[in-house]
Amino acid sequence: MGGKVKRFMYVNRKAPYGTIYALEALEVVLIAAAFDQDVSLVFVDDGVYQLKKGQNTKGIDVKNFSPTYRALEGYDIEKLYVERESLEARGLTEEDLLVPVEVLSSEELRELMEQQDVVLSF
Amino acid sequence: MPMLHTVNKSPFERNTLDSCLRLAKKGSTILLIEDGVYAALEGTRVSDRIRQAMQEFRICVLEPDLEARGVADRVIEGIERVDYGGFVDLVAEHDAFQAWL
Repeated sequence: MGGKVKRFMYVNRKAPYGTIYALEALEVVLIAAAFDQDVSLVFVDDGVYQLKKGQNTKGIDVKNFSPTYRALEGYDIEKLYVERESLEARGLTEEDLLVPVEVLSSEELRELMEQQDVVLSF
Repeated sequence: MPMLHTVNKSPFERNTLDSCLRLAKKGSTILLIEDGVYAALEGTRVSDRIRQAMQEFRICVLEPDLEARGVADRVIEGIERVDYGGFVDLVAEHDAFQAWL
């Protein structure tokens, strides 16, 4: 395909299941992975709940898409960032998350966002 | 007569829970469902608000929605867990129902 590799950042701010945003973001990320761009995923606000361990959706009869986050590595999507402030507000720690992530402060995240060519927010 | 209220929005994203707590009459029952279940958890920014609300209201939470979100093991003590059958019982027990959206 050629051309300059662009930096794409996907910002996830919604809890899973209550709305369709989290699942739709995941679909878009998987499609985008096919285009060999520099992709990073950010989880802030209620978006951090998408990565909570131990999700079991049998009782609400909805597909549990949380295992997909663990499969992202296979699509060469390895940059997952979580905002520390969002975790703390919800009583969560890195150990509560189902994938390895890099926990960043708001300041660090702000700098990272600044470096992107494209930022898509869900 | 007590009313049953449901709250289905995350307390971190919307002010739905705040409005419900402000306007519901003492002695009412509040059932947290869908993303509203995040309000029922220990150690969050809103835990104290719920603990305070428990003095005035009967607070319940829907178990399948907790399980789906992987947070069933950190519900504040004293909050009643109900399943879908329990939800139906709550509706039947109360004279009126208000869904805060």
